[in-house]
Amino acid sequence: MRGFAVAILLAAVGMPSAQALAQEFNLVIRNHKFEPQELRVPAGKRVSIYVANEDVTPEEFESATLKVEKIIPGKSKGLVRIGPLAPGRYEFIGEFHADTAKGVIIAE
Amino acid sequence: MFGALIIVFREVIEAGLIIGIVLAATRGISGRGHWVAAGVLLGTLGAGIVALFAEAIANAFEGSGQELLNASVLGAAVVMLMWHTVWMARHGREMAAEMAAVGAAVSAGKRPMTALVVVVGLAVLREGSEVVLFLYGIFAGGASGSSLFIGGVLGLAVGAAFTALTYYGLVSIPPRHIFTATTVLIALLAAGMAAQAVQYLDAAGVIHVLSHQLWDSSPWLPQDGIIGHVLHTLIGYTDRPTELQLIAYLATLTAMAALAWLAAPTRARRVPA
Repeated sequence: MRGFAVAILLAAVGMPSAQALAQEFNLVIRNHKFEPQELRVPAGKRVSIYVANEDVTPEEFESATLKVEKIIPGKSKGLVRIGPLAPGRYEFIGEFHADTAKGVIIAE
Repeated sequence: MFGALIIVFREVIEAGLIIGIVLAATRGISGRGHWVAAGVLLGTLGAGIVALFAEAIANAFEGSGQELLNASVLGAAVVMLMWHTVWMARHGREMAAEMAAVGAAVSAGKRPMTALVVVVGLAVLREGSEVVLFLYGIFAGGASGSSLFIGGVLGLAVGAAFTALTYYGLVSIPPRHIFTATTVLIALLAAGMAAQAVQYLDAAGVIHVLSHQLWDSSPWLPQDGIIGHVLHTLIGYTDRPTELQLIAYLATLTAMAALAWLAAPTRARRVPA
């Protein structure tokens, strides 16, 4: 009985906040560049960004303002969870190729 | 080449500082070099394994595997540092007396060297796996790889020099104060790690409470600069901390102080003889 109640509580509280409320976006890394280089996301919400690395080399998605550091191995996909963000511009780079891999997330 | 040097150096700063502190904290203990070397070796091995399975780790736990691994590694290091602090609070005084009396090495078996080996190993593992992946990327990228690779190796060398600098800086502290100094440093190190761990849990989507940013000191002292990065490792400096990070930081510092106080036998012994 108690287990059941806990399960209901988890379903009611935990799941929506973790998944259903997060909006999903996609980014691609190709030739050490992000596509698109500018991504608009809603402010004040949790956002999931799927970063697909199409290069053979690994990349590190890094942003000081977003407080994210995530390694995305070559030819694979990584999930970056951010937010809720205040409206504004948030720059990010691919640390392993910082001279070309640059982008910005705009929360509005 | 210079870019590669900076990237690798930035990654090894953290492990380098921790190794320097551990070496200073274990000064005078026989065989500590072997213990620390074992930690570095195991950490390097672990870094290779983590890098090898980077994709599987990243995809685990609905895409949060990397964050959860980082949080666990940091959490484990905090626990090991607490264990060491408790042990030092209990035995540090006797050991200092023994060292002064004998003027020689204290046997390593008495000290929880395993705790410190694990801390060194975890630090090398966490930072090392990024270095391994970065250097692998250079190889996989092919063109102009050799100059980048030399940069990477030079970055490692500068990191090693930095470790030596930390160590000699710390051991130049008078022996009377070195126990206190290293205990305080280890407490701050642990607090910083705890604050980092909760941020990884937030990024993993495990917790999202108290995630508001408290302040932004990045214009004055950016965390991704060299000084900011060193302070980040040493005392847990964060330029844009969240409420939860500050709470984790203060809670860990309080826990460290409380554990040291509770474990210290000196309260009973302070009675004048």
